[in-house]
Amino acid sequence: MNPVNYLYLSALLFTIGATGVLIRRNAIVVFMCIELMLNACNLAFVVFSRMHGNLDGQIIAFFTMVVAAAEVVVGLAIIVSLFRSRHSASVDDASLMKL
Amino acid sequence: MENLIALLIAAPLLGAAVLLCGGRRLDAVGQWIGTVLAAASFVIAAVLFADMLGKSPEDRTFTQHLFSWIAVGDFRADVGFQLDQLSMTFVLLITGVGSLIHVYSIGYMEHDERRRRFFGYLNLFLAAMLLLVLADNYLLLYVGWEGVGLASYLLIGFWQHKPSAATAAKKAFLVNRVGDMGLSIAIMLMFTTFGTFAFGPLLGTEGHSGIAGDAGEGKLTAIALMLLLAACGKSAQVPLQSWLGDAMEGPTPVSALIHAATMVTAGVYLIVRSAAVFNAAPDAQLVVTVVGGVTLLFGAIVGCAKDDIKKALAGSTMSQIGYMVLAAGLGPIGYVFAIMHLVTHGFFKAGLFLGAGSVMHGMNDEVDMRKFGGLRKYMPVTFVTFGLGYLAIIGFPGLSGFFSKDKIIEAAFAKGGTEGWILGGVALLGAAITAYYMTRVMIMTFFGEKRWQPDAEGHEPHPHESPSSMTIPMIVLAFGSVFAGAFFSIGDRFVHWLEPVTGHSEGDSPVSALTVTAATMVLLVVGAGIAYLQYGRSSVPVTAPRGSLLTRAARRDLYQDDFNHVVLVRGGEHLTRSLVYVDHTLVDGVVNGTAASVGGLSGRLRKLQNGYARSYAVSMFGGAAILVAATLLMRAV
Repeated sequence: MNPVNYLYLSALLFTIGATGVLIRRNAIVVFMCIELMLNACNLAFVVFSRMHGNLDGQIIAFFTMVVAAAEVVVGLAIIVSLFRSRHSASVDDASLMKL
Repeated sequence: MENLIALLIAAPLLGAAVLLCGGRRLDAVGQWIGTVLAAASFVIAAVLFADMLGKSPEDRTFTQHLFSWIAVGDFRADVGFQLDQLSMTFVLLITGVGSLIHVYSIGYMEHDERRRRFFGYLNLFLAAMLLLVLADNYLLLYVGWEGVGLASYLLIGFWQHKPSAATAAKKAFLVNRVGDMGLSIAIMLMFTTFGTFAFGPLLGTEGHSGIAGDAGEGKLTAIALMLLLAACGKSAQVPLQSWLGDAMEGPTPVSALIHAATMVTAGVYLIVRSAAVFNAAPDAQLVVTVVGGVTLLFGAIVGCAKDDIKKALAGSTMSQIGYMVLAAGLGPIGYVFAIMHLVTHGFFKAGLFLGAGSVMHGMNDEVDMRKFGGLRKYMPVTFVTFGLGYLAIIGFPGLSGFFSKDKIIEAAFAKGGTEGWILGGVALLGAAITAYYMTRVMIMTFFGEKRWQPDAEGHEPHPHESPSSMTIPMIVLAFGSVFAGAFFSIGDRFVHWLEPVTGHSEGDSPVSALTVTAATMVLLVVGAGIAYLQYGRSSVPVTAPRGSLLTRAARRDLYQDDFNHVVLVRGGEHLTRSLVYVDHTLVDGVVNGTAASVGGLSGRLRKLQNGYARSYAVSMFGGAAILVAATLLMRAV
């Protein structure tokens, strides 16, 4: 099967993730969309690795997973504490950081 | 013996420190401390003088190095003193006349509650003036130069409760600053040109000529003109002469010591000391003679019209210093005579001022000569001493002014060419006017009928002779006025004394000395005769008549203050106003405009900070999209 199709899939997943980040208000869903974008990138890396015949892309994919795991820990902690203090997980409610 | 030089300065400096820091407990003895220390300085000077006389003329330069003041790399400025025949002359004049005036002040300032402070300032002046004439480099000279300026300021404004005195002090200080700027620029020029400003290497010592003549004539002329500017400020020469008349607001002993005998002659000292520079810059010398000649007539004309006895004498001082500056500008034919006239002038002018002070003392501090008259019966000692000073200043044959002034007039003619004729003519004319205004002062004060009236509170003045503390200095100075000139001139003593330092050459005069003397005598009689006809034969009106155009101009100091006001004050005001306008519109416009546009822009930019995470995400995606698009575009190109 032509590896370029996987790139199309990756682009599609990334677009879905980006759109989700921009239009959803629920912090959990936004977070999931970010994960979707990260994994779309991972897919692209792996595909490039396959196409170019070296392992660089796969190594970077592992890095991304490790960073994503760390990010999940921190991000979920923030979301949980946000929910505890405001009883809401809407990202638009937390709009105090402005002039 | 040479270690005594520092003591000359240390004695009055100690006096100033003790008197000014000592506080009230010294009020009762302050005048004695000041006088004794001034006299001590004179005794040291006399000892040094005796020592100097014992040596051959070649080794009469004493030096003393105290310490290194500034040492940076190759550059060194030392605190050191140089006592040669020129400084010795000044030191004797300063400490001698200074001590006499301290004694006089004991009587004159007897009833002043701030007497201790007065003596402190007088001592401070002596110390600064001695530093000025003893310094062995221009930088240290500058310290003394500023010191005498400070002392002069403090003493002119001594009666600071009088607004006129406070203003006069400020005026003297400000005008002097202009001159001081000239001196500091001259020092900077010397340093950049020669790399040093010490007298030894620069001006030369016994047998060695200095490096001063080696620079280009343009640079030397610039240095010389800056030195002349300094001299003009300190010595009240045109165009910086306006302060001297107002300086008479100070107590009379101050006028006698600082504004007649010593400080105002510092400019002449500076020019004669820098002879090596001036000799190599003929253009500058010409300017010096012109300044001297103009001031000579200027001061004399002002002196003719003043009714205030001290201001008349101030005009005379200006005029006599004009003679000295003129002589100093003539080069080696005039230096010695400039200093000789300076010394004899120190005697007779200090004597005249002390006489004026004595008259004021007996007349309830009245200074208007139109309210004197007939005082010779009431103040015989003052009359005789003042009279001798009068005869000396007009150049009566045999008295000191006769010898010193005649020599200057001869030297002016000996300059040669048209210049010589003009300068000589001016000097002769000055002698006639001198005779006129001094006769006027003499007649109005001591002769004629009495014209004094009760003052505002109805006190009739009771003219009386002053106490002996005041009359004795006057008598001593009168002796100097009578005999100093003859003593200096017989056998050319003074010329031989100063020649090793200043150099001397006989000029080749187109008119014989006898002709000059005869012409001077004729003009003297004419000047004095006119004054006698005007003031001796007819009675003097108590209120001044309106007078001719020239009289009215001279009463207002030939409009010098008006000139300064219109040209400098108004001009300065307009300049500052236009500068302020430029500052407000242009400079502030640019600065404020920049600030306002940055502020406005940021006011708009901050609207982007709305706190919604999703809108930040949009800008992030947008930015990333633009970056990607740009990268692709660049690659396509």
